[in-house]
Amino acid sequence: MRNLRQSGIYIAFVAIVALFAVLTDGVLLSPGNLTNIVLQYSYILVLAIGMVILIIAGHIDLSVGSIVALTGAVSAVLVIQNGQPWAVGALAAVAVGVAVGAWHGFWVAYVGMPAFIVTLAGMLLFRGLTLQVLDNVSLSPFPPEYQKVASGFLNGLIGGQGYDAFTLLIAALAVGGYAVGVFRTRLARIRYEQPVESFPLFVARVLLVAAVVMYFAWQLAHARGLPIVLIILAVLVIAYGLVTKDTVFGRQVYAIGGNLSAAMLSGVKVRKVNFWIFVNMGFLAGVAGVIYSSRSNGAQPGAGNMFELDAIAAAFIGGAAVAGGVGTVVGAMVGGLIMAVMSNGMQLLGVEQSTQSVIKGLVLLLAVAFDIYNKRRAGATR
Amino acid sequence: MTDVLLEMRGITKRFPGVIALQDVSLEVRHGEIHAICGENGAGKSTLMKVLSGVYPSGSYDGEIRFDGRPVHFAGIRDSESAGIGIIHQELALVPYLSVAENIFLGNERRGRNGLIDWNRTNADAAQLLAEVGLDENVVTPVIQLGVGKQQLVEIAKALSKDVRLLILDEPTAALNDVDSAHLLDLLRRLRDRGITCIMISHKLSEITAIADSTTVIRDGRTVETLDMGSAESTQERIIWGMVGRDLESFYPERDSAPGPEVLRIEDWTVWHPVQPRKVVDGAGLTVRAGEVVGIAGLMGAGRTELAMSLFGRSYGRNISGRLFMHGKQIRARTVAEAIGNGIAYATEDRKHYGLNLIADVRTNVSAAALGKLARAGWVNGHEEIKVAEASRRDMNIKTRTVLDTVGTLSGGNQQKVVLSKWLFTDPDVLILDEPTRGIDVGAKYEIYTIINRLVAQGKAVVVISSELPELLGTCDRIYTLSAGRITGELPVGEATQEDLMALMTTDKEDNA
Repeated sequence: MRNLRQSGIYIAFVAIVALFAVLTDGVLLSPGNLTNIVLQYSYILVLAIGMVILIIAGHIDLSVGSIVALTGAVSAVLVIQNGQPWAVGALAAVAVGVAVGAWHGFWVAYVGMPAFIVTLAGMLLFRGLTLQVLDNVSLSPFPPEYQKVASGFLNGLIGGQGYDAFTLLIAALAVGGYAVGVFRTRLARIRYEQPVESFPLFVARVLLVAAVVMYFAWQLAHARGLPIVLIILAVLVIAYGLVTKDTVFGRQVYAIGGNLSAAMLSGVKVRKVNFWIFVNMGFLAGVAGVIYSSRSNGAQPGAGNMFELDAIAAAFIGGAAVAGGVGTVVGAMVGGLIMAVMSNGMQLLGVEQSTQSVIKGLVLLLAVAFDIYNKRRAGATR
Repeated sequence: MTDVLLEMRGITKRFPGVIALQDVSLEVRHGEIHAICGENGAGKSTLMKVLSGVYPSGSYDGEIRFDGRPVHFAGIRDSESAGIGIIHQELALVPYLSVAENIFLGNERRGRNGLIDWNRTNADAAQLLAEVGLDENVVTPVIQLGVGKQQLVEIAKALSKDVRLLILDEPTAALNDVDSAHLLDLLRRLRDRGITCIMISHKLSEITAIADSTTVIRDGRTVETLDMGSAESTQERIIWGMVGRDLESFYPERDSAPGPEVLRIEDWTVWHPVQPRKVVDGAGLTVRAGEVVGIAGLMGAGRTELAMSLFGRSYGRNISGRLFMHGKQIRARTVAEAIGNGIAYATEDRKHYGLNLIADVRTNVSAAALGKLARAGWVNGHEEIKVAEASRRDMNIKTRTVLDTVGTLSGGNQQKVVLSKWLFTDPDVLILDEPTRGIDVGAKYEIYTIINRLVAQGKAVVVISSELPELLGTCDRIYTLSAGRITGELPVGEATQEDLMALMTTDKEDNA
């Protein structure tokens, strides 16, 4: 059941990509456009990582849009107004994000308030602070080094004829690393006498992943090279994917969301875990704030508006359960990409903004309805 | 006063796989207080649910005649309009509504315009409160009232519906002595006004004090109805009726060889988390290695509360007393500390407190000791599966793979997952709260076998159970708990069900 639901997401993703690729006569998959999608939605994906972890534990964060605005504003004041180096601005932004996360974590974990209320208050609070920090005006532009975070590329480092060899090299290394990783897992499974898929099937799976990644890299290499944000995003996805799946801490997040009382009675330090996942959300919102301010080359009082809803939608479309206990980082990324491809594809087709909103709303609704339908069926077989 | 108000004849109620009631009959006369007695799980509450229409007509066999006419209730509304009111053990009041609003909830006093007539609501409520002897303002939210007063509000609510037969399920279980006495007085006054009462109670002293007749139910069958006016109808007589059966011989044999003391508590006192009363009062007990110790007590005696307060203060507040492991005083202020000190507690309610039902067997087995499978915080997933597989083999958990969702397993197999989880923490003392609740006979035998294997390995086991035969069949020594106090300690060789039941129903006064 769970496998079907997970793979259902991937199938839906492939179908949506195929649909828009056909409708846009292939423009969707063109090198320039793929680069665009990555640049345009990277900060939503970063937010979705933190959001899905909160949702797994049974919480939510409505304030991430405001945190993105506040952290970007702090960075802009330091770098643009006070002429600090770009790194100081970026680090300060992340630090402010962490502090905001700790603030939320305190109220949720130690005072015992519902996250919905705490972060709703945070949404207002930090939006207001953003306006105060910026004194109600937009600040721009950032120096070029800061802009590189979101719009910079690593290319030309080792040359290439009409394409960027460095991008392909990095992709090849990533694929190689992936292949070695899954092969070692396979060996360990055999050593522990667990069932493994047949060797040809295993090879086919690795080759498929390699083909998709290399195609994507090939396309990027023919555009502007390897976006720096893509590297940031890849590192975060891999790190958080492993942390949620393979660490004691990650498992405790699932335990809390699956059955809070049982988790407590199993010795899970629920308050501590809840506190740290909010701190983590603040950290990622700070990172997203840096990326967003870098991309928009400035800080605006209204920045990040409604980002929380995109991040929440990504998590739920990606298979997270409303009641908690279920969800994956990779699923949330696919959920976010589904939204990204749909938005981008509809923009390419010239669909009106209003219609786009209607369609995205329906997709979110149907995704969660599908989740509930599945659960009911699973419940009926019990 | 001899005419019959309620007659239930040949009531049989089946649940999937279980017969809860078999050919039960009950006859209640006009204007009497009729007590219903029986062990936990004997079928008392089921019988009352049949009567009040919670289980609608057609879902059971048999005949109900109320006031001489056959009745077929399709739901609670039907039985209410016939004049039957039921007050459940868990009170069904809305905490933030006022006393008056609660009394007339679903039965609102409305004016001509269709809006609620608040003057009439409050005036009528005040009159009803006077009838039940509750001196409170009718606009007070019920959350501000104690349990005893809330109980009276429930009765006022029933009276507002012109009730003729009032059913009370364990009305005094959560009340202190003063409130209990007050409630019993009220029941007498209601009887004098012609309102018939059925009272389910475990407190035999109350029953002998107030009931006109008593029906004893055992294993879903009526044993007998006693006329409480007769001199023969003593507490001992009722106990005999409640337990009068032979110890079934499905408990595996075990050689008992207790070793040194493992767990000891002294003067253990626990207060209710919100109400100002003690749930456990100065309890003391010891458990030795290789020994199974039973805790017997009726519902509300404080068994689970005692166990959970020991287990990292998971229940209650103002916990005081001393806790020793292997003779050394320890502190177990959190569950993690308790586990670290070698204590494990397997809950009576595995669905709500024991298992993550949406996760797989593997994750549930490792949940309480994940640290043992991790290095620097990273879990070795392969080792984890190996551990889960080993549990599956040892415990004979019937599942396709350890990656199956626990929620899809049967009750017995879920219980084995709970046991696996706690055994993986490698405890010195394992507290099992109702370890065989809701599982079939075959799985019960397996659980008993597992318990025997554990004590053979030198572990200490505490079994909390409502089923006296189970305690007598598995334990070496049994403590009895009544109203939060340890009222007795018997080696199993000297204990009978009658002795235990007498100790379990001992009141505080008798004990003092």
